[in-house]
Amino acid sequence: MSARAYSPPWRRTIGYVLLGVFALVYLGPFLIQIATSFKTDTDAANHSLSLVPHPVDLGAWKRIFGYTPNSGVPFGRWLFNSTLVATCITLGRVFLDSLAGYALARLRFPGRKAIFLLVLSVLAVPPVVLLIPRFLVLKELSLYNSYSGMILPICADATGIFLMRQFFVQIPVAVEEAARIDGAGIWRTYWDVVLPLARPGLITLTILSFQGSWNEFSYFLIATSDPKYNTLTTGLAKFSSGSLGSGTQYPVTLGAALLSTIPVAILFFVFQRQFVSGQLSASTKG
Amino acid sequence: MTAPEQELSDLRRATTRRRSDNSAGERTRSRPTRRRAGGIRGRERWAGLLFVGPGLAVLLIFLVVPIGLAFYVSLTRWDGLSSPFGNGAKFTGLQNYRSLLTEDSLTRQNLAVSVRNNFYFVLFVVPIQTMLALFLAVLLNNRFLKGKSYFRTAFYFPSVTSSIAITLVFLFLFQGGGAVNRLLDFVGIRGPNWLADSRGVFHQVLRIFGVDAAPDWAKHEFLNLSWWDWLSGPSIAMCVIIILVIWTTSGTFMLMFLAALQNIPEEVEEASEIDGATQWQRFRLVTLPMLRPALLLVLTLGLIGTWQVFDQIYLTGNNPATITPAYLSYNQSFQNSMFGVGAAISFLQFALIIVLSTIQRRLVGTGEDY
Repeated sequence: MSARAYSPPWRRTIGYVLLGVFALVYLGPFLIQIATSFKTDTDAANHSLSLVPHPVDLGAWKRIFGYTPNSGVPFGRWLFNSTLVATCITLGRVFLDSLAGYALARLRFPGRKAIFLLVLSVLAVPPVVLLIPRFLVLKELSLYNSYSGMILPICADATGIFLMRQFFVQIPVAVEEAARIDGAGIWRTYWDVVLPLARPGLITLTILSFQGSWNEFSYFLIATSDPKYNTLTTGLAKFSSGSLGSGTQYPVTLGAALLSTIPVAILFFVFQRQFVSGQLSASTKG
Repeated sequence: MTAPEQELSDLRRATTRRRSDNSAGERTRSRPTRRRAGGIRGRERWAGLLFVGPGLAVLLIFLVVPIGLAFYVSLTRWDGLSSPFGNGAKFTGLQNYRSLLTEDSLTRQNLAVSVRNNFYFVLFVVPIQTMLALFLAVLLNNRFLKGKSYFRTAFYFPSVTSSIAITLVFLFLFQGGGAVNRLLDFVGIRGPNWLADSRGVFHQVLRIFGVDAAPDWAKHEFLNLSWWDWLSGPSIAMCVIIILVIWTTSGTFMLMFLAALQNIPEEVEEASEIDGATQWQRFRLVTLPMLRPALLLVLTLGLIGTWQVFDQIYLTGNNPATITPAYLSYNQSFQNSMFGVGAAISFLQFALIIVLSTIQRRLVGTGEDY
């Protein structure tokens, strides 16, 4: 007997209604955000729920793209900084985390077990208590207010090392053995044989790292004070806490926030599967 | 090493590997490898250290050592300007911790307020986001509905966006004349001026029953905060952050429940269906027990995450109605130049979170992983 017989149509209707309502709740704020970015300040304040800007106003977007002089929104600089920093951090993490992950999974060397335990315990450190410690070390090494200070301290992370180690452990050893018997050295084996096999893992790590560093806020907040190092997150946050109290400027802020969401959104829609699997493996690390 | 020797060593390495590494476990690699760990492995030894070196250096220099430095700073009075190890900082022992926990002061009152705020935040966010995530997962796991992947995308999308961008949207939605209050107008409710409203929710509920001020017993203080204030519930401003966080994180937890639901063999459900169980009975007696590991994971991840809320609080400003320990620690250090006190607050918070994650490890169990 098929279980399908047990679903009456009214039950399916309720299911779809529920799904629709929740979809509206989860996507509605983004729709309002898009609409508001095309409104004038007064329209945004007076018709905050309306999805139709009246009149359609491009003032906010002109300010964001720098057509209005002295707009106070150096969006180009924020975008440049976010792109630069997130790209460097992502490259660093993908390279360093996979190297370390491979060593911990396959190579035999003294202290391996201790290092792995260290990586595991670092995983348990809550990021938010690292703000003051990291500020201290940046000061001591004179890296405060510099791109290297924003990049170096987070260009390798325990989550990534752990993820890659778990990934390499699952790759069959036989492939490497064959390469080694053919006379390939350890580096050659790693670079030419193992890494190509680890592509799915590398893609997941790339996505997680880019998303994480693009959205990073608190670390950049304590690593810099000079406005020229503002990223999209710190720039937006500082801009809004300076001006939103008056209740104006929402179209500009929401437009800039929307633009800052787009790169990650595109990445998300293209690589949704990897996002999901990355999310699951990063959080079930135990 | 001559060529034949090289080949021999590689061959040997290969055979040892096959014996010991196949099961990929540290524990399975026992004596046979140790005997061979002499000169032949020299190259692998160095390669291992070189491979792991750079990543390890980053973790040590920028994470492990700084925690030590910060602990030292938590034992000093330091303004953040000069080097904390020179004359700029005065070593005061446990003074910062003592004044935070035992002496009457404004800082202690702030800490009490922030802990209260965060406690109510956790109390509301964790159960609601868990139930919502579970509900959405069960809804999406329904075999009879089509287009589920689109809905899954919609529910998960807020989780991948930046906390700053999305908080700005919510600050706009929850203004006095914002979209949420417009919606409430439709159903005839006059919404509060959300973010500017520091009144406690529990106090508001008590007002309905005619309790307007603190009864005598609640006027006593604990950590410079009266019992009446301890029992205020989350402020209305905090409710905005609570709703925001539930909205952004439920998608992630939904995925975890969904993964767990898809691991339940279909026969189990069908068997209970044929046995005549109603849908609710089936959920409660069959599905829920099988979701126990996922449920514990989601609850404890939620518990650890919610005690760290910072980005969203930063955007609501230095407001007693929403400050949390993480924000207070930041504010004391970077705004008030009292790094010693700030560091002490974050170590207290660190201790709390470590205790919580230890409980998680006990409950969920780990170790079979590696």
